[in-house]
Amino acid sequence: MKSQIPVVLLACGSFNPITNMHLRLFEVARDHLHQTAVPELKLLCGADVLKTFQTPNLWKDAHIQEIVEKFGLVCVGRAGHDPKGYISESPILRMHQHNIHLAKEPVQNEISATYIRRALGQGQSVKYLIPDAVITYIKDHGLYTKDSAWKGKSTQSAEAKTS
Amino acid sequence: MWRYLDSIEPCFVAQAGVQWLGLGSLQPPLPEFKRYTVVKGIISPVGDAYKKKGLIPAYHRVIMAELATKNSKWVEVDTWESLQKEWKETLKVLRYLWCNQLCQRYRGRKIVPQSSVLFFPAVPKVKLLCGADLLESFAVPNLWKSEDITQIVANYGLICVTRAGNDAQKFIYESDVLWKHRSNIHVVNEWITNDISSTKIRRALRRGQSIRYLVPDLVQEYIEKHNLYSSESEDRNAGVILAPLQRNTAEAKT
Repeated sequence: MKSQIPVVLLACGSFNPITNMHLRLFEVARDHLHQTAVPELKLLCGADVLKTFQTPNLWKDAHIQEIVEKFGLVCVGRAGHDPKGYISESPILRMHQHNIHLAKEPVQNEISATYIRRALGQGQSVKYLIPDAVITYIKDHGLYTKDSAWKGKSTQSAEAKTS
Repeated sequence: MWRYLDSIEPCFVAQAGVQWLGLGSLQPPLPEFKRYTVVKGIISPVGDAYKKKGLIPAYHRVIMAELATKNSKWVEVDTWESLQKEWKETLKVLRYLWCNQLCQRYRGRKIVPQSSVLFFPAVPKVKLLCGADLLESFAVPNLWKSEDITQIVANYGLICVTRAGNDAQKFIYESDVLWKHRSNIHVVNEWITNDISSTKIRRALRRGQSIRYLVPDLVQEYIEKHNLYSSESEDRNAGVILAPLQRNTAEAKT
């Protein structure tokens, strides 16, 4: 099943008279367009982000509309989330659901940044959870330590935070 | 539970298995990029008010175009432009045809709400098909309104079929407006060179030379039967200023 953008080709001109060249233009143009992939930009996110669309005042409705209508969403499932449910609960998402694609992750991956930050704050190893170069950088710059200035308040609700 | 009214096909981006929302298909289809599908080709002969030298009446030109597309399954002739009393800018023709496509799409269709959602079938995009000569005519002073060119490339798009692909690319590069909307301008290389211009056809006819295999047989027979092209016909509109030049120059003066 191919996803297709319908196109109509319009040729204006004198056609004084019409010739085989004019007719060939259509054939050549059609072949070219049928072989042209259309580049698209889509927002890739986890199902938890999809849920945050429901959080009051977190997203502008107009922005959500433009993202799903004009661009499109590719949403990767996460344990404990029901993306289909989130979509059915939101009128905007429902209306543009053809533009929202749910990617099934065959191997469940629950490595969340929240867990990483917590582990680092408790001095635990995160090796094999994030790339080595990133671990090195975190160490070199003293990020996410218990006393780290960027830790932020820990009392915010889980819903508002995205991993 | 989820239903589609018409075939809106979502697209695939990632390589991971993608599950369709609402298609109800049992197996995930293979991922592919979105492609264009050309659903129709339209030939719109210009009206007589264009006043080009050698332009014979639209009546004949339309019939010849219809004869040429008689056996085509997807290319057809639209006569709206040819029937207008005043010359119409190309942008106006694009707009008219786009509205037409929009109306056709919805004519007689009941949009039925399912789960309180309305599904709208995709309206085809209308793109202007042309050769390099039309593209390069953008540079002719007063032939095109600059705001028209902008709207054509920004809102519709151009497919330029030419054997001189590099010249076309260079032309786009040298124009800020065309460059800005270059993703909407497709330059297609015509490897099998086709140089059958109408001018050469008319010249051959004046000299009594054969045009067989240069135009469709039905067109050749029609031209012969009605003796359409001669030195006299080539002199039509001699000395008359081309309609767009007249209009744009006049408007520039005001």
